[in-house]
Amino acid sequence: MIEYRIHGRGGQGNVAAAYLLAAAAFQAGWYCQAFPAFGAERRGAPVAAFVRVDTAPITLRSQVRNPHFLIVQDSSLLQDPKITQGLRQGGAMLVNSTTPETEVAGQFGCRAVCLDATAMAIEEIGRPIPNTALLAALLALTDRFPPEALATALAGRFHGELLDRNLALVERAAKAVPKAAWAKESADA
Amino acid sequence: MREALEGSQAIARAVSLCEPDVVAAYPITPQTHIVENLSKLVADGDLHTEFVSVESEFSAASVALGAAAAGARAYTATASQGVLLMAEVLFNIAGLRLPMVMTVANRAVSAPLSIWNDHADSMAVRDSGWIQLHAASNQEAVDTTIQAFRITQQTELPVMVCMDGFILTHTMEPIDLPSIDEVRAWLPPLEFDRQLDPEDPRSVGMLVTPDFFPEVRHSHHTAMRKSLEVIETTDADFAQAFGRASGGLLTVEGDVTARVGIVAMGSTVGTLQAGMAHYAAEAAGPALLIKLRSYRPFPARALRDAVRGLDTVIVIDRAISPGMGGILGTEVAAVLAGMPDAPKLVNHALGLGGRDIPETIYSDLLAAIRDPDAPAFSVFDADMEKLPPEDR
Repeated sequence: MIEYRIHGRGGQGNVAAAYLLAAAAFQAGWYCQAFPAFGAERRGAPVAAFVRVDTAPITLRSQVRNPHFLIVQDSSLLQDPKITQGLRQGGAMLVNSTTPETEVAGQFGCRAVCLDATAMAIEEIGRPIPNTALLAALLALTDRFPPEALATALAGRFHGELLDRNLALVERAAKAVPKAAWAKESADA
Repeated sequence: MREALEGSQAIARAVSLCEPDVVAAYPITPQTHIVENLSKLVADGDLHTEFVSVESEFSAASVALGAAAAGARAYTATASQGVLLMAEVLFNIAGLRLPMVMTVANRAVSAPLSIWNDHADSMAVRDSGWIQLHAASNQEAVDTTIQAFRITQQTELPVMVCMDGFILTHTMEPIDLPSIDEVRAWLPPLEFDRQLDPEDPRSVGMLVTPDFFPEVRHSHHTAMRKSLEVIETTDADFAQAFGRASGGLLTVEGDVTARVGIVAMGSTVGTLQAGMAHYAAEAAGPALLIKLRSYRPFPARALRDAVRGLDTVIVIDRAISPGMGGILGTEVAAVLAGMPDAPKLVNHALGLGGRDIPETIYSDLLAAIRDPDAPAFSVFDADMEKLPPEDR
């Protein structure tokens, strides 16, 4: 089972990101489970969402306490030292940030990849919603599900021009990170 | 077809497959997405039903009551304070023996205000005379919803499908939804003999004097007892048609040599299954996991059969009756009373107001029964450090 935790702020599409990741895994033939850290989500407030994928049905319903991978959608959340709480040994974090990766990796003592997903999203879809770019980057880094799985999941959520723009965005984001850099961690999970 | 769906979305689709004549609901967290999705299905022209937007849960239940009395297939959904605001009408629907289905997205009851999951809401209307079925997964919630429409037609008892708020309603997972043709073939049209008819007028909800009241209650109780068999056969019949069952009255899984049984309802069962798979081979040891699906009617005989020969039964409650303890625990104790060599009963409330239940709960529960000083009832995951000494 691979477990993911997504941190962000209300309005950045955290739950959507979790659902899209689960839907992509489902498209790739995996069992999946995605849910928000249940709460009264308010725009701007720190929020989290969880994803599990497995080759067998998933019955566990608790929050993800020991994720293999983290997505941090808002770099201001790096001020919270607990953001990596429970991250597994050998786990890695993908951060929407312009901060140098070595700095983030040093701060939290884990592997980190930083991507300016907000800037990319503004350029491609005209809105500062970084979730789909980060998902594409995560899929490229972990190399576990084919990019087409994400494209199919996106097509289940977006239509018309918004879908086209998101497809362009995810293609660009996937190329912006080292492909399969976390493939070993993903395969070991 | 299997799809990755959010629980609420899947429930709306399942309800739609059953083609209700009338849907009346008022949105409340965490039921909201069910109503939103139903409303969207109607707006998109995918569901042809009389969708009545009301100003409160009292009205939602009242509209459903009237519709059911007129012979319509009626549906509503609610949670928490909504259940309580409906309470008076819920007793009326059941007492009038009207067939209908309601989803409860189980949530704690105020105060203190909590939007998170526990079972206090449906437990508060435990004695209303509704059938109450608990789903452990979204697939079970979907399948039980479809079954509920058949059970209610056959028994003329309203059916409440209880699913854990957020934990199920807001979780996306693979769900297999049947086609509308499959559901049409399996679910017969509603034929309600007592339906209101201007050509053949009758009264509903009349005063019942002491001359007849005990008989009415007795016959309601008898109908509930008889519905045990209907619930079981409906699930078996569903399994034959669709290839999967939802757990009849209750199901038992685990190591048959185990000396300990754990009784639970709803999504907690899944976490216990995961914990059992993970920890049963370790110090925690094996257990029998008893998933109770039918809470009302209460399957006393099936439960006795399930726990016979065990040393200890741990009952998990997602609600508390202050001053008594666990509610399910108290009922299991009543069922065990008088049983020769009845297992020792341990009762814990768990996950009240949405406290996350970790996978380690399995081993924690089994470790706790080895403590000779452990109380017969506890709020298991309450952190005593957070309380003043006099409240511990």
